Amino acid sequence: MNRQAQAVMLLLLGGAVVRASVTDLYLRYVKEGLRPFLIAAGLALIAAAIMTLWYDLRPAPAPADPGHGPDDDGHGHAADDDGHGHHEPRVGWLLLLPVLGLLLVAPPALGSYAVGQAGTALASKQQSDYPPLPPGDPAPVTVLDYAARALFERGESIGDRRVRLTGFIAPGPDGQPILARMVLSCCAADGRPVKLGMTGDVPVGLPHDTWVEVTGRYSDRIARDPVNDAEIPYLAVESWREVPAPRNQYE
Amino acid sequence: MDVPPGATPGTGAAGGATPDVPEGKAAPGGPRRSVGGWFGSVEVLAALLVLLIVFREQLAAALAGPRLQTWTTVFVSVLVQAVPFLVFGVLLSAVIAVFVPRSFWARALPRHPALAVPVASAAGVVLPGCECGAVPIAGSLIRRGVTPAAALAFLLAAPAVNPIVLAATAVAFPGAPEMVLARALASLVVAMIMGWLWLRLGRADWIRLPHRPELEGTSRGAAFWAAMRHDIIHAGGFLVVGAMAAASINVLVPERWLQTLADSPVLSVLALAVLAVLLSLCSEADAFVAASLSQFSLTSRLVFLVVGPMVDLKLISMQAGIFGRRFAFRFAPATFVVAVGVASLAGTVLL
Repeated sequence: MNRQAQAVMLLLLGGAVVRASVTDLYLRYVKEGLRPFLIAAGLALIAAAIMTLWYDLRPAPAPADPGHGPDDDGHGHAADDDGHGHHEPRVGWLLLLPVLGLLLVAPPALGSYAVGQAGTALASKQQSDYPPLPPGDPAPVTVLDYAARALFERGESIGDRRVRLTGFIAPGPDGQPILARMVLSCCAADGRPVKLGMTGDVPVGLPHDTWVEVTGRYSDRIARDPVNDAEIPYLAVESWREVPAPRNQYE
Repeated sequence: MDVPPGATPGTGAAGGATPDVPEGKAAPGGPRRSVGGWFGSVEVLAALLVLLIVFREQLAAALAGPRLQTWTTVFVSVLVQAVPFLVFGVLLSAVIAVFVPRSFWARALPRHPALAVPVASAAGVVLPGCECGAVPIAGSLIRRGVTPAAALAFLLAAPAVNPIVLAATAVAFPGAPEMVLARALASLVVAMIMGWLWLRLGRADWIRLPHRPELEGTSRGAAFWAAMRHDIIHAGGFLVVGAMAAASINVLVPERWLQTLADSPVLSVLALAVLAVLLSLCSEADAFVAASLSQFSLTSRLVFLVVGPMVDLKLISMQAGIFGRRFAFRFAPATFVVAVGVASLAGTVLL
């Protein structure tokens, strides 16, 4: 791979990263907080591409820098660069794969398949006490928040209030649909599911990965996740409706 | 020069790239560098891109199965996550390679290599980043005359003991603050042992840093950008290899298998050590994954946290690329053994 091809590759990678971070595409793969760093990194890649092309396409004598006589060595070395370039930066071709992944394929956020692969994330208590539920009837809560309250304090802070949560349908341990949401700490590679069983008006017959908004109350039923033997809390569903996928599909 | 307009982001770089191609073809020296006399890399790249865009639909259909789709998502996300750290690390290593004079390192580090090792390990504390950035930086340090033992100690310590990683560990293990201490201590000790081990047993000819003519003789600006370009392409390429491996493991190894290993204290340590190598998580995220592996003992999870930032598939791949294979295939197994040993000991004593 010669320098101009490397420059094009940098340009593509930088462009793909910037494009993913100015749209909401990056939210499928990483946390929202990474966005400024992604944009900065993408711009740096584009800058590196432009500077590479600029140095490479400059007329060879390059009298711009009289203080440094051997400046045109940069071009003299171009041939050497190629000499070992045949075996050395060949690995750079692989950078085409992430470019392809981001620009052409843009795979979706992790869904029900990943839920089945991993154990529910709520294995240890993360917080010592829970604040009261947000106001409103039903109170809007996240799947993670509900599951933590249901497991670690047996629903004490929920009481008999109605809650509303949004998640997608995934296959549960007993074949019944469960409500799930993926939790990221850094990127999708460490994404872990939070699983929530449903009783009452269970949304049956929906294909996996359908997003639903369910309203219900605390249920004291508990199941075991066969994957990591952790507890899966339940929600007594009173009503549900299909919703479009939220902007950020992770919690 | 109509290159910068081609760089406009947003409009999709795939489209932006095509205008560059004829220019690359016409460039001085372009034909001389061609492969096989007919096609230069730019032409190959352009042809590949055209093919990919034409067969985009088929490609998307081929990747539609849930397993492949999850693979692609994990692969892309490992790379998206790593890109800022890679660029930051490469930027810093280019600055070290071009702007920091050699004499600086002679003054900053103790002259005796055995003393330089602990200083370099401790220096890792101030560098917030993960392991993808540390590899090019360590390569750059060696190039600038820092004793390899110290640079390698820095390479191992920096991703594991920096403040962001320790803070993430504290958040992930709210009930066990001793985990943070154990992780920092064990990682520092492993880094120092490996540094000293290198002084005793290491051979300079195992490290084969690629020849870099562009770093000498050119103006500083040209050398800086050449170092940037080279390191990103090079380390990035190996990062892709590592990300592919990590995505494959992520999809192919269901967590269920681990369950059966969790009950034996010895097997659980080994299982999580191997898992840390295979998963190749970013060191800023691994604490959260370790926290979720609750069926395992704290000691085995500490091993996971100490091994992960020092030895994993993407690191081995990047080290092989930057320092040479002879180095990576000796250094990585040795680090693995030392890290497992030290972390198990630290876990037994501290946790």
